Amino acid sequence: MSSSVISLSSGEGYPRRMKTSQKTDDRDTGDNLTSPVMSAFKVFQQELDTKHDKHERLVKLSRDITIESKRTIFLLHRVTSVPDVEEVLTEADLKLDGVRLNIRMIAEELRGEDLNQFHRAFTPGIQEYVEAVSFHHFIRHRTLISLEEINTKLVFIKEPEDTPEGQQPMGTPQVLTFQVTPTDYLLGVADLTGELMRMCISSVGNGDMDTPFQVSMFLRQIHDGFSYIGNTGPYEVSKKLHTLRQSLSKVEDACYTLKVRGSEIPKHMLADVFSSRTAMMDQDEGVA
Amino acid sequence: MSVPEMFSYIQGFLSADQEIREDIRKVVQVLEQTAREILTLLQSVHQPTGFKEIPSKCQKARELFCTVRTHLGELKTKFPVDQYYRFHEHWRFVLQRLAFLAAFVVYLESESLVTREEVAQILGIEVVREKGFHLDVEDYLAGVLIMASELSRLAVNSVTAGDYNRPLRISNFINELDSGFRLLNLKNDPLRKRYDGLKYDVKKIEEVVYDLSIRGLAKEQEAGGDK
Repeated sequence: MSSSVISLSSGEGYPRRMKTSQKTDDRDTGDNLTSPVMSAFKVFQQELDTKHDKHERLVKLSRDITIESKRTIFLLHRVTSVPDVEEVLTEADLKLDGVRLNIRMIAEELRGEDLNQFHRAFTPGIQEYVEAVSFHHFIRHRTLISLEEINTKLVFIKEPEDTPEGQQPMGTPQVLTFQVTPTDYLLGVADLTGELMRMCISSVGNGDMDTPFQVSMFLRQIHDGFSYIGNTGPYEVSKKLHTLRQSLSKVEDACYTLKVRGSEIPKHMLADVFSSRTAMMDQDEGVA
Repeated sequence: MSVPEMFSYIQGFLSADQEIREDIRKVVQVLEQTAREILTLLQSVHQPTGFKEIPSKCQKARELFCTVRTHLGELKTKFPVDQYYRFHEHWRFVLQRLAFLAAFVVYLESESLVTREEVAQILGIEVVREKGFHLDVEDYLAGVLIMASELSRLAVNSVTAGDYNRPLRISNFINELDSGFRLLNLKNDPLRKRYDGLKYDVKKIEEVVYDLSIRGLAKEQEAGGDK
């Protein structure tokens, strides 16, 4: 109580003193702990903590998926420089299996939950996975992987004995599925175009005369597809469309040079032409 | 599947999505309108003359909540049951407002904190996600926090209207609320930002209580009743 007398004479700063003196006298916090309000908030505390924990776990899984998918993409870029393409593809497949295990863990976390509630937590990882898996698919089949094909690979059969929570009734093996949303698919494919551009340029450097033209055809189709979707899609799509245009024009320029000058420059020297060209373009990109 | 086919499939999905969102937006607009009506109605409690009318105002507000229930019922039909969170952003704001209004009405009636179940009941929605369209715990808490700043206004205005006792009761209530919120481990999210505002409400009410007690106004009324 003396504190309020002091604060009165000093004129200002009384609210803070008031707060502390109130906390110590009649507003007894000890009694509050059993009040209905406090017990209600304890329930909220638990609910929020559970939700945040789950969110954090999903973010971590997503990060793992991103890292491993990026490594797979790097590995796949080696196809332009090694003689045995199949070997690289098999190795990449193994890596992707590892990624799928992580996605399976996401699916387990999401069992009985609303996928959209935690979507923000794992969408970067899933997009990166789509990028890796579609890149792999393109190298092998030279086509665009469909959303359905991606999703069928994400059906996991769960044996009854390894149910961790034990809430589900034992018996038939459970099917655990993970559905990539069309938006995530779209964004993953948009990222794929950047990788294709890189692959195109480096394959020219290795004297491969067919890949650039195939890639350019394919990129044009994807570009047309994105133009068709245009601005109706989510915000991120229109942002990536710009990068896609850049990649496409790099590839088209490369094909042009190949056509015009391919006849006059020996193959081993073309490599030099292209590496200097791409260096120039990368500089451009840095400025822009 | 060829590339153009794939893209037209995705496009189909996107335009279906757009349509659903458009439908939701329309219903949410109506909900916002009703929420504003309830708010306007309840604002009169801040008037000196409004204090006596609290019960009748609450009664009217309760009637308006019937309309809210109808609109929320309509909203439920606009999207697949299991995709609540896909479209959550559309109604999140209005739902927080409605939670606030429900909490405010309940406080005015009984001077107690509305439970999440009560809010859900007033709005005609569920508490648990599994049962359907529900009230997310964060939206409920956000609604309660909006009410806290409304109560700090009410504390000031009740003094103006000559009711010196109410601020003390509000102060008790807000302090309990504050210690409740202290239990929560909030992340750096919108709810956290709202909660950070609570201390200013607490401070304001404490100032009012201080002004009253330093002048002996609070005690006076306790002893002498209405003046």
